[in-house]
Amino acid sequence: MTTTEVSTSSNTKTPEIGRDRRRKEDQRLITGRTQWTDNITLPGMLHLAMVRSPFAHATITNIDTSAAKTATNVVTVVTGAELGEEQGSLPNAWPITPDQKAPAHPPVAIDRATFAGEIVAVVVARSAAEARDAAELVDVDYDELPAAVDLKEALAADADHGPLAHPDLGTNKSALWIFDSAEAGTGGDVDEAIDKARNGGIVIEREYRQQRLIPAFMEPRSVVVDPTGEQVTMWSATQVPHILRFLLAAVLGIPESKLRVIAPDVGGGFGGKLQTTPEEFIAMVLARRLTKPVKYTETRSESLMAAHHGRDQWQKLTLAADEAGNVTGLKVELTADLGSHVALIGGGVPVLGAFMYNSIYKFPAYQFNCQTVLTNKAWTDAYRGAGRPEATYAIERLMDELAAEVGVDPLVIRKQNWINADEFPFTSVAGLEYDSGDYDAATERAKEMLGYDDLRAEQKQRREAGDPVQLGIGVSTFTEMCGLAPSRVLGSLDYGAGGWEHASVRMLPTGKVELVTGVTAHGQGHHTAFSQIVADRLGVDFEDVEVLHGDTAIASKGMDTYGSRSLVVGGEAIIKATDKVIEKAKPIAAHLLEASVDDIEFEAGRFSVRGTDQGMAIGEIALAAFAAHDYPEGIEPNLNSEATYDPVNFNFPHGTHLCAVEVDTETGAIKMRKYVCCDDIGTIINPMIVAGQVHGGLVQGIAQALWEEAVYDDAGTLVSGSFVDYLLPTAADTISFETDHTTSPSLTNTLGTKGVGEAGTIASTPAVVNAVVDAIRHLGINDIQMPCTPERVWKAINGAGAGGAEPTVPDAAPHFDHDSNQGARQ
Amino acid sequence: MTKIELTVDGARVSDEVEPRMLLVQYLREKLGKTGTVVGCDTSNCGACTVHLDGRSVKSCNVLAVQADGAEVTTVEGLAQDGELHKVQEAFRECHGLQCGFCTPGMIMQTIDLLNENPDPTEDEVRHGLEGNLCRCTGYHNIVKSVLHAAGVES
Repeated sequence: MTTTEVSTSSNTKTPEIGRDRRRKEDQRLITGRTQWTDNITLPGMLHLAMVRSPFAHATITNIDTSAAKTATNVVTVVTGAELGEEQGSLPNAWPITPDQKAPAHPPVAIDRATFAGEIVAVVVARSAAEARDAAELVDVDYDELPAAVDLKEALAADADHGPLAHPDLGTNKSALWIFDSAEAGTGGDVDEAIDKARNGGIVIEREYRQQRLIPAFMEPRSVVVDPTGEQVTMWSATQVPHILRFLLAAVLGIPESKLRVIAPDVGGGFGGKLQTTPEEFIAMVLARRLTKPVKYTETRSESLMAAHHGRDQWQKLTLAADEAGNVTGLKVELTADLGSHVALIGGGVPVLGAFMYNSIYKFPAYQFNCQTVLTNKAWTDAYRGAGRPEATYAIERLMDELAAEVGVDPLVIRKQNWINADEFPFTSVAGLEYDSGDYDAATERAKEMLGYDDLRAEQKQRREAGDPVQLGIGVSTFTEMCGLAPSRVLGSLDYGAGGWEHASVRMLPTGKVELVTGVTAHGQGHHTAFSQIVADRLGVDFEDVEVLHGDTAIASKGMDTYGSRSLVVGGEAIIKATDKVIEKAKPIAAHLLEASVDDIEFEAGRFSVRGTDQGMAIGEIALAAFAAHDYPEGIEPNLNSEATYDPVNFNFPHGTHLCAVEVDTETGAIKMRKYVCCDDIGTIINPMIVAGQVHGGLVQGIAQALWEEAVYDDAGTLVSGSFVDYLLPTAADTISFETDHTTSPSLTNTLGTKGVGEAGTIASTPAVVNAVVDAIRHLGINDIQMPCTPERVWKAINGAGAGGAEPTVPDAAPHFDHDSNQGARQ
Repeated sequence: MTKIELTVDGARVSDEVEPRMLLVQYLREKLGKTGTVVGCDTSNCGACTVHLDGRSVKSCNVLAVQADGAEVTTVEGLAQDGELHKVQEAFRECHGLQCGFCTPGMIMQTIDLLNENPDPTEDEVRHGLEGNLCRCTGYHNIVKSVLHAAGVES
């Protein structure tokens, strides 16, 4: 990738949008001039260490803190009982049904520990090392209780047949949420479609496991609270400083005006840092109580066991189709593990998938049932994609199964069912209006990039030769809904907040521009991409734009970063704020140029009088407004603006991802040979940043397919509790990718952008598993449970079942003959 | 407490430290060298990688007292007279970082890798970085950065 640095004269600026600008953020990050929360040190600062339950479920019968309290430099030791109501109960902002069961969630457990890793006491000392030493001296007596660990067993349990995660609830079921297209008026009756398909059509029934994953951002969570000013200031490694401030105020009864929350440099999030955490609440309560600054930084082991996890679902799926493979209905019965408590939006994450199981396809009937379940494991919440990767996995795996059943190429069955480019806007069976897309174009390009036909030929040849190393080609034609979200839609889903975003533009007298945005960055390159937008809109230099974010005292309004919303929602707020600045400058320009406002034109950073060569740069007007010596009556002397934008719709990036893997049938080892993708994310602001987002997303999705799983033992202890056991991929595990894009601009925002932060993760998991299954389908295998470890693959090949993935259809459909079927249907 | 004397990023420093203090804690807490970060507690992630007498080490895996008399270089000591090290420049040029948390370790490990093997293949780069975890980039652009720094265009 190369950058062309074109010299810019005043009238011929190179457009910034679409340009591979190197990132403004990088200079600091590559030289170590960083502001991670854990770097912050304040005078007299105290350090917290958490005492955590080693048991998944236990009654706390006694806590003896006397030895810890008398240790050198220990200031205090507090328990949940002692904090009592002062610590509040952690918020659940998305109660998906009115009768959802959500047990109270004190940050420090009071009388019962509900997962291994839950905080039961907090030590405060003058140094982190002394706090940790003293934490070892806290003597907790537990009576162990039966733990609800396995999701299916937890679902089946009741008061008579436990174990129950919270015995007083009498059940582990939290909420049942249903969408039915017949009831919603968006489609037909799915049971009728399935019944019909059972008589002469095709019914595919599968159950897929979405294993539990850990977001595993590289920067462990850290929080510092300084209570010494008029406002209490919290620095936190969070994605959501604004939401955090609001909820600290609401839960702890502190006036919001007395709270300032700052997210300084934040080292990755992936949804894992959109939580409002026990540690943040504890730090706030103790700093105020002790009137001293406090800091808590988690260890990686604590992060893996106690920061929220993602996924953890069983998906029971019934797909109905006619004999030719035209899908007639899909029924989804989802069981989702919430862990010990309903996290901030944990209950709603599986529901986000409800609108995506139909994906890019034209289903006439659809039903989605989601049962959320409490267990004695770490809580679950958003992890990159949040509900949508699970949905995409299910439907993309099913489309491959349908193709195998019908005996056609997986791309053929997809094309037969997908929405054609001339059918947009298209209202889906889940009730969403897709504004744009071109699935054919992206697929054709991806096929070309992979060398699809050649690889199919090689696959055939290897099969016929009985090669011990078989080749598989995996397909994933995904879409997603992103840009969370129209506030009215969120309201209809009982989500506890709006989905708008805020921006303000401040023109400085020197002609420099401060853009304040309500979204926050933790690696996405907002500073660079937003500078490009502002530079184009206001006609100023890229270097002259400063982007401010992540501090509630600077960015007063914001809904923060998640759900691929920063550009598509936050970016539109920026457009509106820059438009307002231009409108505000026009009467000042008219006054100074002694012309009528109606005659003032704005182009490339310059206000001019129509039909003349008279004009002024926007920076000159900013200076004039600052000096305020000469400006029109009735106009405020400033060039600032604010805009709050509520999106009118989600938007729908899509793409075709193709993956080729080699499976060694003698060892079960999987080797990725090639991965290509052609994504359609509308208008691209910075192609270099976009490619980076896709690469990172791909590896996270591939890691779900092949490596990662948070494993608990029967007692509810996290076995994969360190990076030794939780298999984050390394450079040596991965390959380089080929990425490209097609462009169908979104019709719901000015620039035509679509979200990209989650696309790679959503698309890649099914592409990889489809490739693995495709490599060995001819051996009678139609599923491998994720992660597809060599052991699971080997066992499947050797007839020992698919590593516990049950029930799968015992007799896999015969492999189709590509040569005779390709393109035969449609 | 034990007295240590060493050179860090070209400056002579001396301190009394607890024998159990890790080199990374010494750098961050005593010297304020917060460019070097801690990402795990099992020596897996490599975010804390620095150079000890010219070779890369995970500074969470070295005691401060072991660095007595040694020369330590962190990411903060690479740029000379305002000029970035070619590896720093390559990471910027090739978008080899996103959140930037793993970056100090990646850069320090890359320099060591290229010192040992100035002309690596992609495969050698991937194996040479195996001890450093990144969650943002999928390694694609990190590998590209290393090859770029080596003068090998992929």
